[in-house]
Amino acid sequence: MRFLRESFIIFRRQLRMNLRNPAWVLIGLMQPVLYLFLFGPLLKPMAKQFGYDNAWTFFVPGMLVQLGMFGAFFAGFGLISEWRDGVVEAERVTPASRTALLMGRLWRDLLQLFVQAMVLVGLGYAVGMEAPARGVVAGVVLTLLVGGACAAASNALALTTKSEDSMAPIINVVMMPVLLLSGILLPMTLGPKWLERTSDFMPFRWIVDAVRSSFLGDFGNDKLLWGTGWAVLLFALAMWWGTATFRKENA
Amino acid sequence: MIEARGLVQTFQSREGKAKKEVRAVDGVDLDVAEGEVVGFLGPNGAGKTTTLRMLTTLLKPTEGTARVAGYDVVKDSVQVRRRIGYVSQSGSTGSLARGGDEVVDHGMLYGMSQREATERGKQLFDQLDLPGLWTRQPKAMSGGQRRRLDIAMGLIHEPTLVFLDEPTTGLDPQARANLWEHIADLRRRRGATVFLTTHYLDEADALSDRIIIIDHGKIVAADTSDNLKAQVSGDLVVLEVSDPDRVADAATRLESVAEQVTVDGSHASGRVRRAAKAVPGLLRDLQAADIDLESIEVKRPTLDDVFLTLTGRSLRDAEASTEKADPETSKEK
Ligand SMILES: Nc1ncnc2c1ncn2[C@@H]1O[C@H](COP(=O)(O)OP(=O)(O)O)[C@@H](O)[C@H]1O
Ligand SMILES: [Mg+2]
Repeated sequence: MRFLRESFIIFRRQLRMNLRNPAWVLIGLMQPVLYLFLFGPLLKPMAKQFGYDNAWTFFVPGMLVQLGMFGAFFAGFGLISEWRDGVVEAERVTPASRTALLMGRLWRDLLQLFVQAMVLVGLGYAVGMEAPARGVVAGVVLTLLVGGACAAASNALALTTKSEDSMAPIINVVMMPVLLLSGILLPMTLGPKWLERTSDFMPFRWIVDAVRSSFLGDFGNDKLLWGTGWAVLLFALAMWWGTATFRKENA
Repeated sequence: MIEARGLVQTFQSREGKAKKEVRAVDGVDLDVAEGEVVGFLGPNGAGKTTTLRMLTTLLKPTEGTARVAGYDVVKDSVQVRRRIGYVSQSGSTGSLARGGDEVVDHGMLYGMSQREATERGKQLFDQLDLPGLWTRQPKAMSGGQRRRLDIAMGLIHEPTLVFLDEPTTGLDPQARANLWEHIADLRRRRGATVFLTTHYLDEADALSDRIIIIDHGKIVAADTSDNLKAQVSGDLVVLEVSDPDRVADAATRLESVAEQVTVDGSHASGRVRRAAKAVPGLLRDLQAADIDLESIEVKRPTLDDVFLTLTGRSLRDAEASTEKADPETSKEK
């Protein structure tokens, strides 16, 4: 109870500051729109090649996971300037739970992601995506798990490096292989065998596959199982790391 | 209220390739009684902030123990946190938030209800001269206003023990004087115990019952300002003699009560312990010997004299040398 209350105080503070910044709201809402309308048309003629009848049903789940991961990767940057302002130290000197300090911030990131996901899915349906409701729900839940994991990791990284200059290159280094090997934009089956095998080692690929099959309404295969397993595992690891950095002295 | 024994904090710092261990705090013992206002004085880089961060549970001591407000800072950190207020050196408000929101949220993290925190926050804004700033962003406030906002945050939950880290650094003289009033009020109005760090001598002198001097991570003295000054160097007594030929005679008389007597033109000067007590006798002595004085001047020793006697350098020099040796601390906001 106390934990939820403390998380809520942090969440409300974060949200209040974000909502006062119209650029944040606008960019957040425009992101899914731009992805869908500027990148979608490029893929459309190729969908048949991937074995998809409906290009949007292939494309929207990928975009969803991409939004979840990449938006969240940058969540930590805000924390660095908060740390510099002394906000993190001021929060750590109160008796509030250290996990709540992280959780409140994650809720904000997850709310943002949820709204973006709704915009994306809504627009997807509008342009002709075909997906069963329960598949979309499962896909969005998976996306929120991945997004939460990335946001927690990003916050942990922020408090560890305490500098935008050293954090940005690390994020770039992580993002490149994730983007290239997870099949977000084009399916990995398109490439040669060795590339596909390499991507087997990329947890995010399993999650993208899982979200795609749930959008297809295909709950029977083990893709969904693997993806869910990875998402839960990543989320747990990132939460553990994030809490540890907030708990650590000197943060 | 505070009882620390053998506090040590070491940091790993990198100098080029070689790793170096810095003992920022090196065996500090502290005792602060309830209701005291204690000034923790030392040059930049002496280890004041590091000590404070250990006492406020933000940093785990490398060695040593501390009990604050009745609880151990490591084992019962949550209990300590509930009872103390902390105003950090670098401030505590988000630049994008609004003053009132920051104060209320902070109070709520201490378990206050929103209504309670708002009421108390508004009260504090009045007392700390922050009228009309409830909805202003800290970045749009003056340095003094922002500092008072930090203090309001530190006081929102009515702590009985308040830590203030360099509360007036970077403020103009008027804002400093104003803030001193508010700090003095902390005890007058609330009976709070106050532990404040400063590298300004006048600030330590003006605000505290007792002064603890730290240098290179070690406590070099702890006493009331008057005792420190009396114990160390005595008052400076300067006699201006009417007849220049009698200066040597005057100096001899002065020597009976003073140390380090020097003569300069028509002036004889020396250090006298408890001058207020010794000077009447000295004057009688001089009169009996028919030595007329143009003037007599008694200068109380300053804390800088104290620091000089204890460490062999003046506080100002200490500042200059640490700043050179340690660009990190001078960069600190
Ligand atoms: N996080 C840190 N990492 C490495 N060195 C530190 C750290 N914090 C403080 N120091 C060093 O410890 C010494 C004492 O610093 P500090 O406690 O901030 O001094 P003061 O508050 O008296 O100016 C300085 O030499 C400073 O550079
Ligand atoms: Mg300091």
